[in-house]
Amino acid sequence: MSLESFAEGTSPFHTMDAASKVVAATLFSICTALLTSISTACVALVIGITLLCIAQLPIKTLCRRLLFINAFIAFLWLTLPVSTAGTPVYSLGGFTVTQEGIDLTLLITLKSNAIITTFIALLATSNVTDIGSGFAKLHVPQKLSLLFLFTWRYIHVILEEYKRLSTAATLRGFIPTTNSHTYKTYANLIAMVLVKSHDRAERVSNAMKLRGFDGTFHSLHRTQAQATDAVVAAIIAFLGTALFAADYFQLTELL
Amino acid sequence: MHIAEGVLPPVILASCAILSAGGVCIGLKKLDYDRIMTTAILSASFFVASLIHIPIGPVSGHLILNGLLGLMLGWVAFPAILVALTLQAILFQFGGITSLGVNTLNMALPPVLCFYIFRPMLSKGTFSLRMAAFLCGMSAVAFSALLTSGTLALGGDSFLNSAKILLISSVPVMVIEGLITAVVVGFLAKVSPQIFDFKITAPDPVMAAQTSSSATE
Repeated sequence: MSLESFAEGTSPFHTMDAASKVVAATLFSICTALLTSISTACVALVIGITLLCIAQLPIKTLCRRLLFINAFIAFLWLTLPVSTAGTPVYSLGGFTVTQEGIDLTLLITLKSNAIITTFIALLATSNVTDIGSGFAKLHVPQKLSLLFLFTWRYIHVILEEYKRLSTAATLRGFIPTTNSHTYKTYANLIAMVLVKSHDRAERVSNAMKLRGFDGTFHSLHRTQAQATDAVVAAIIAFLGTALFAADYFQLTELL
Repeated sequence: MHIAEGVLPPVILASCAILSAGGVCIGLKKLDYDRIMTTAILSASFFVASLIHIPIGPVSGHLILNGLLGLMLGWVAFPAILVALTLQAILFQFGGITSLGVNTLNMALPPVLCFYIFRPMLSKGTFSLRMAAFLCGMSAVAFSALLTSGTLALGGDSFLNSAKILLISSVPVMVIEGLITAVVVGFLAKVSPQIFDFKITAPDPVMAAQTSSSATE
C-alpha cells in the first residue's frame, strides 16, 4: 500500500517549499471554517477545485479519497435535515425535513470539501519528510518535529512487521471472525509487533547516539524555498482572508 | 471518530485547540530525548491501528489503542496522538487542520485520565494488571466516544441525533479495545517490561517464554 499516493508528480505544487504550503493551507482552512454563507462557501470550493486542477493528481485515487471522506458528511445528511428546527419543506412518517436543516448541511458539505480539496492540493503533494523539515523551519518545537519524523519512519516498520505476522497467521489457517480467539490473536500480533519495533528502535537510537546525533536531520532532497513560493502562499492566504471578510461584512448580499 | 472540517462552530474549534495545545506543551515537557523512540513507536501503532479492520458481528470496526498509549505514556500521549492525527490528516485527509485541536483533545484527554486512575493498579499483581489494562482500554474508548459526541452536540441541538448514533455505535469497539489492551499489556509486561518507564508486575519468565514463542511462530 502506498501511503503517499499524491506526493509523486511534477506540478507547480509538488516542487513548492513545504513550509510555505503549510502556512497557506492553515490560513485558508481557518478562514474557510469561519464562513457562514452558502455563496462564499461555494467560492471557497471553486478555489479548492482550481488548486486541485493545478496539482494534476491521479483522478481515480482522488475521487475514491473524496468519496470516502464524504461518508461522514453523508451521515450528517441523514440526520441533520430532520433534526433541525425551522420551516418544514417535506414530511414523511413523523420526520420533517426543514429548509434550515438543508441549508446547514449544505453549508457544512461545501466548507468541508473546500478545505479538503485545498488540503490535498497543497499538503498531500509534499513528502512527509519535507513537511517535517518544513515544521522545523516554522519553529515547531524540536521534540515535536523529531517525533513527527520518527513516527513516519516507524509507521513503515510497523506496517511491514504487522503484514509479515498476519500473513504467517493466514497461512496457518487463521480466519478472523467475531470471537475471543480472533481478538486474542490480534492482540498477540500487536504486542509482538510492539516488542520487535521497540528492540529495533533501541538499536537505531543507540547507533544514532554513537554517531553524534544532535537532534537535527539533514534531508537529502531539500526543496529550496524560492521567492515565488512565498508569493503563491500569500495569494492563497489572501484569497481565504478576502472570502472571510466578504462573508463577515455580508458583501455578497450587496451584489 | 474524526470530526471533519467545517462541521463545528469556530468557538468550539478554538477553545479545543487551546486546550490541546496546553496538553501538548505538558506532554513535550515530560518527554525526554531518550523516550522519543518509544513514543514514536506507540504513535505509529496508533496510526497503524486505525488501518487494521477487525470483524464485529456483520460489520467491521478499527482499533484505536488510545488506552494503551495512555497507560504507557501518560501526558506524552498528547504529542503522540497529535503527531499521528496530523499524519492521518496529511495522508488520508481524516480530520484536518482546523479540527486537529478537537480531535486531539477527544482522543488524548481520556488516556491521560486513565493513566492516573489505572496506573497504580499495574504494579499490584497479575490479575490487577490485566483488570487495569482491560478497564483502561475500555474506558479510554468510551470516554473518547463521549467527548466526540459531546463536542458534536455542543455544535447545536441539530447535532444531537448524530451524536447519539455515534455514541451507541462505539459500544462494541469499547469491549474489544478492552480485551486487546489487556492481552497486549500482559504480554509486554512478561516479554519486555523495560518498554514501560515505571515498575510493572512481571509474571514468571517461564510463562513469558512460552507466550512469546507461540505468538511468533
